[in-house]
Amino acid sequence: MKLYNGPQIIVGLVIFLAIFTYPLWSGGGKAAPVPEPQKVPKTVATSCVTDTQYMRLSHMKLLNDWRDEVVRDGDRIYVAANGKAFNMSLSNTCFKCHTSKVKFCDQCHTYLAVDPFCWDCHLAPKEKK
Amino acid sequence: MGVDRRQFLKLAGISAALGLGGSVGFQLLKPGALDAAERMPTPYQMVFPKSQGNSEVMPNPKALKGRRWGMVIDMRKLTADKARAAIQACHYYHNVPDIPGKQTIKWIWLANYANVFPEVENPFADPEIKNAAFITMCNHCDNPPCVRVCPTKATFQREDGVVMMDMHRCIGCRFCMAGCPYGSRSFNFRDPRPFIKKEYPLYPTRTKGVVEKCTFCTERLAVGKLPACAEASEGAMVFGDVDDAGSELRKLLRTRYSIRRKPNLGTRPQVYYLV
Repeated sequence: MKLYNGPQIIVGLVIFLAIFTYPLWSGGGKAAPVPEPQKVPKTVATSCVTDTQYMRLSHMKLLNDWRDEVVRDGDRIYVAANGKAFNMSLSNTCFKCHTSKVKFCDQCHTYLAVDPFCWDCHLAPKEKK
Repeated sequence: MGVDRRQFLKLAGISAALGLGGSVGFQLLKPGALDAAERMPTPYQMVFPKSQGNSEVMPNPKALKGRRWGMVIDMRKLTADKARAAIQACHYYHNVPDIPGKQTIKWIWLANYANVFPEVENPFADPEIKNAAFITMCNHCDNPPCVRVCPTKATFQREDGVVMMDMHRCIGCRFCMAGCPYGSRSFNFRDPRPFIKKEYPLYPTRTKGVVEKCTFCTERLAVGKLPACAEASEGAMVFGDVDDAGSELRKLLRTRYSIRRKPNLGTRPQVYYLV
């Protein structure tokens, strides 16, 4: 069997494989740094609207529920299990404590390559330099 | 051989009997079984179980309560300054962009008599009326055509009569714009953010591809405030409960002559003009 244009094909294949496998070897065998969303100082708030574990896993579900309850039912006050009341609003409540989208939301969203479209409409607080 | 009459009737009878296996049969033989099946958690609920303890939601106790919101616009009191103040307040509090030309976004705007009330157009009408700048906005109809045509229920009527938009569900089909006889709805042909002069941080903007309109300031009603235009117009625009015979709005409607936009269409608009 004869390989026509052998050198060009082999060089092309090597280049193709190099580009194709770039995501695998570019990290140098190390995992990407674990995201570290900014912690809210204890002086601002000591707890979120519900437990941290739930917020970490299912904040999107909570926000979806809030959205439907506020827009469609007009229920705008959320009374947490510990009796504390919150105004159900991303811009007016969540961002009061989590003051930076870049240092909080984007940390995990970028790491997990998810791109929620919340901020197409909802205004994030101005990032402090 | 084809099917003769006798065979056909037999087949039809058996099919009808088997038809009992459908929902009708379930209702007959095991009442309530189907309803129980419908209450099974959806896949979404299984992935995101509700585990927020004993949390609950409720409306803000300070919210204004009305059975049927409406507005009266007193054209005798509505000076150019008040109209401008009302429009500016609305546009600021709702991040309404200022896009020139055909892609303009309208929540509350000015139009002349002939365009606002085309069926009662009259070349010899009182020039004060004929040349007045009428403030126009969503009429929050009692029988809103936009709600009927919306395929996703993105626009809907609240119990207090306000015709609301759920921007999260709008797919930008623009049926509602075709349905609205008042031109109260505008489509975002492009990202509106660069056209917002001064952003109001506590209210969202819109995004490309959704329809928007006046919402009777539901976010302000919910915290006990009057709509921004009613507040800024200093009495020229009166917001109130149409169903409450004792309200200031009803008193104005009783004592002064009022007209509505295109009432012959049967939409039952809830913005009244005192002329």
